[in-house]
Amino acid sequence: MTAGGHGFLSALPPGPRDQLLGFAHDVSFPVGRRIFDEGGAADRFWIIRSGRIALDVQEPGRGETVVETLGEGELLGWSWLFDPYRWHLGARTRSAVEAYEFDAQQVREEIDEDPVFGLAITRCVAAVAIGRRLRAARTRLLDLYGPPGGRAVAAGGEAP
Amino acid sequence: MMAARPYLVPLPYRVVGRTEETPDTAEIVLEPVASALPSFGPGQFAMVYAFGVGDIPLSLSGIDGHRLTHTVRAVGAVSRALYNLRPGGTAGVRGPLGIGWDLLAEAGRDLLVVAGGLGLAPLRPLVRDALAAPQRFGRLNILIGARTPGDLVCARDIDDWRKAGARIQVTVDRPDDTWQGDVGVVTALLDRADFDPGNATAFVCGPEVMIRATARELAHRGLDTDRIRISLERTMHCGTGHCGHCQLGPLLLCLDGPVVTWTRGEPLLAVREL
Repeated sequence: MTAGGHGFLSALPPGPRDQLLGFAHDVSFPVGRRIFDEGGAADRFWIIRSGRIALDVQEPGRGETVVETLGEGELLGWSWLFDPYRWHLGARTRSAVEAYEFDAQQVREEIDEDPVFGLAITRCVAAVAIGRRLRAARTRLLDLYGPPGGRAVAAGGEAP
Repeated sequence: MMAARPYLVPLPYRVVGRTEETPDTAEIVLEPVASALPSFGPGQFAMVYAFGVGDIPLSLSGIDGHRLTHTVRAVGAVSRALYNLRPGGTAGVRGPLGIGWDLLAEAGRDLLVVAGGLGLAPLRPLVRDALAAPQRFGRLNILIGARTPGDLVCARDIDDWRKAGARIQVTVDRPDDTWQGDVGVVTALLDRADFDPGNATAFVCGPEVMIRATARELAHRGLDTDRIRISLERTMHCGTGHCGHCQLGPLLLCLDGPVVTWTRGEPLLAVREL
């Protein structure tokens, strides 16, 4: 076993997981493929089965600035679940990618019709995708590996 | 591993090699001028004295008989003086001090090495020992977090380790235009690590916030908290348990650490200002 069983699907209860997979179809992307752009309609989402995808922001003069990468088992996209259903970031493959692709409208309709399914999906998106990425973003704000000038004790216990 | 009897007087060591790792970090290789200290183990530390400036605790990033390697980041007066040493220069060394990583106790288990920033340096001797006896252990995963690609220490070792069979993942907080690897926190790499949580031991070293986040994730994934080994840092000073500068609750980290289990460390790290 690997510890990779901590992806999005494994965090869902079996019933809702099977229900969600009923909407899935397999897709493949080559390396370097643009999947979506910031501000575009969030009409699909993906669960990565293999490969790696970079999330980016367009910066004037710098192009695509990568803010995070996602890999096997992770959910690509949560903007499809919340109004106004627009992507907040862009996404491009960093390697060949195999994924499950979902039609966001179909899944949203199922969420509205089946509250048990809807609660499971919403909880999972909140905990696994949004919560973990929020914690990661906050940790990176601390700039833990950066120059120790702002901290009381530096490497080796020596005051800077 | 029990700490060897610490030496109170620093012995002179000569710099025989120096490699610039990053713009503010250098690796210095020391050999005894005359008498040598007893052998160090991975994860133990030395008090290294820059003559006329002062001494600081430094982990070993390489151990080759009596030849000691330290990775020094220039952040204060002493570390800057050590960083500025060149071959032929001398420093005083006391040690070996503290309790290090006990790799021999992990035979048959998967090994998970998780390093953040400069924390990879004290883990390097452990990785080398594990790769020197691959039949003794299970899978070796090495997860590394760095600020930028240019801040990665031990960079020239990583390809060698990969070729020797280690499964290595590297992530950075701030990629440059050439970086094609992962971007994000080191805990995100755990999803892709190949290990059996019921038969694995983790060795974690880096900033304390990173250690706490990693240890919690590992415990959540089913690792026995006694099998999560963390290296803690407080202001080690005497190295002999007398001055109390490195006290963490009931522990004196210069004697009881720096390596402790998460079982022991978690409740202490949860206390503010301890």
